[in-house]
Amino acid sequence: MALVEIKNLNKSFGSNHVLRGIDFTVEQGEVVCVIGPSGSGKSTLLRCVNLLEVPQEGKVFVRGEEITNPDCHLDAARQQIGMVFQQFNLFPHLSVLQNCTVAQTTVLKRKPAEADKVARANLDRVGLNDKVTAYPAQLSGGQMQRVAIARALSMDPALMLFDEPTSALDPELVGDVLTVMRKLALDGMTMLVVTHEMAFAREVADRVVFMDGGVIVEQGPPAEVIGNPAEERTRTFLRRVLDPTHVEPT
Amino acid sequence: MSAPSDTVERKGLSPRQRSQRSRRIQYSILVVLVLVAAFTADWGQIGSVFFKPAYIRSAFEDGLLNALVKTVEYTAGAFVIGLIGGTVLALMRLSSVGPYRWISTAYIEFFRGLPAIVVFIAFSLLPLAFEGMTIPLDPYGTVWLALGIVAAAYMAEVIRAGIQAVPKGQIEAARSLGMPPALATRKIVLPQAFRIVLPPLTNDLILLVKDSSLVFIIGTTAAGYELTGFGRDLANTYSNLTPLVTAGFCYLIITLPLGILVRRLEAKAARTR
Repeated sequence: MALVEIKNLNKSFGSNHVLRGIDFTVEQGEVVCVIGPSGSGKSTLLRCVNLLEVPQEGKVFVRGEEITNPDCHLDAARQQIGMVFQQFNLFPHLSVLQNCTVAQTTVLKRKPAEADKVARANLDRVGLNDKVTAYPAQLSGGQMQRVAIARALSMDPALMLFDEPTSALDPELVGDVLTVMRKLALDGMTMLVVTHEMAFAREVADRVVFMDGGVIVEQGPPAEVIGNPAEERTRTFLRRVLDPTHVEPT
Repeated sequence: MSAPSDTVERKGLSPRQRSQRSRRIQYSILVVLVLVAAFTADWGQIGSVFFKPAYIRSAFEDGLLNALVKTVEYTAGAFVIGLIGGTVLALMRLSSVGPYRWISTAYIEFFRGLPAIVVFIAFSLLPLAFEGMTIPLDPYGTVWLALGIVAAAYMAEVIRAGIQAVPKGQIEAARSLGMPPALATRKIVLPQAFRIVLPPLTNDLILLVKDSSLVFIIGTTAAGYELTGFGRDLANTYSNLTPLVTAGFCYLIITLPLGILVRRLEAKAARTR
């Protein structure tokens, strides 16, 4: 059974039909990178997996449970799905440690001492065990994003969603975050990553999905989709991304 | 076509000279007004009507400090009621449940548009209209309710603005961690909303300090007098304004530190942003 299974997903914002009948699965332990031009629907697809966006049509299953069913206990399902946002969305009124413990104690009902231990272990994992008492405003973008990853990991999720985690970072800080994500992938975490980092996708992903115009154009191992794409749309996109100075022949 | 000249022909005064002249005229008028006031006013008379030392002393002896404490007590209780009521009203106003929104909107529009003095007159008449009706903790209960009901309407709008100023991503992050809506509101949204609205809320508190003077409408015993009632009573007794002026200065003892507090909080909020 696939960890995530999406069937015929359709999502519109007003007259803008963003997702047009997506069928898609993520297997346990798999690292899937979603690439594609902006406006192609990749972030919306990701946000449908934990129902931050509610699709008009289609079904989303997580570990076999249909979370698009109105009777589903959505909050319980979301505990198993960690999410990392482009804009970090750390809680600015809480310290780094409290950011990682607040949901553990209130949602999972863990004892404060246990939550503390789990949070410290995960902050250690992202290399920030010296920042536990700091507040988000005192951190760099790269540090904030790593805290956000530790916060999500502290809930012991079965799946991690990354929504363009390095797009809001200064270029020299991107590496730190990608290193943490690479380590996470090696530890066997199931990851669904929307990204523009082609080198990361090529190196870490088990499967790359190329989306354009609200549909999945092609998917497969990175060597095929990025290295030798079958579709013209994929080739055009990759030419633009890999060589920004390239000018299309008219 | 003639070549453009690089020297501009000056007509009369330059802008700088003009503004200097205008400022000099304003200062002169000010000096003249001050001199006229200084020479025509009867300073002896003014001093003895507004600042007579003997009456200032007797104001202290007659319980000025008690009145100051009463003003603080009336204000503090009303502020607590206003804060709790305002938070509830703000959450109702943003609720997805229609009737909550309607009730909250109606309440806010009604009590925000009503002069506070009308509410106080209504409360002073309640025991007459409903025979045998008593509001507990007399006179505190009546004062706290009357002031708090109006304050809640004002604060509700301030708090609502604060809640809406919390970025949507904060709620998404909380929900993605599995927090139910009520928990996300309590742990993530409200603490940030109150930080945002601390300066305007302190402003509401200062307004409340002054509105507590309306207590004289409902009438209390002399022991229940707050600053205005106390100053007015004593001023009537002596037919002299000194006690009222003294009571007036006591308001500044409360409001000036609050004003400083607001500026500190604003500076701190600006630093963390």
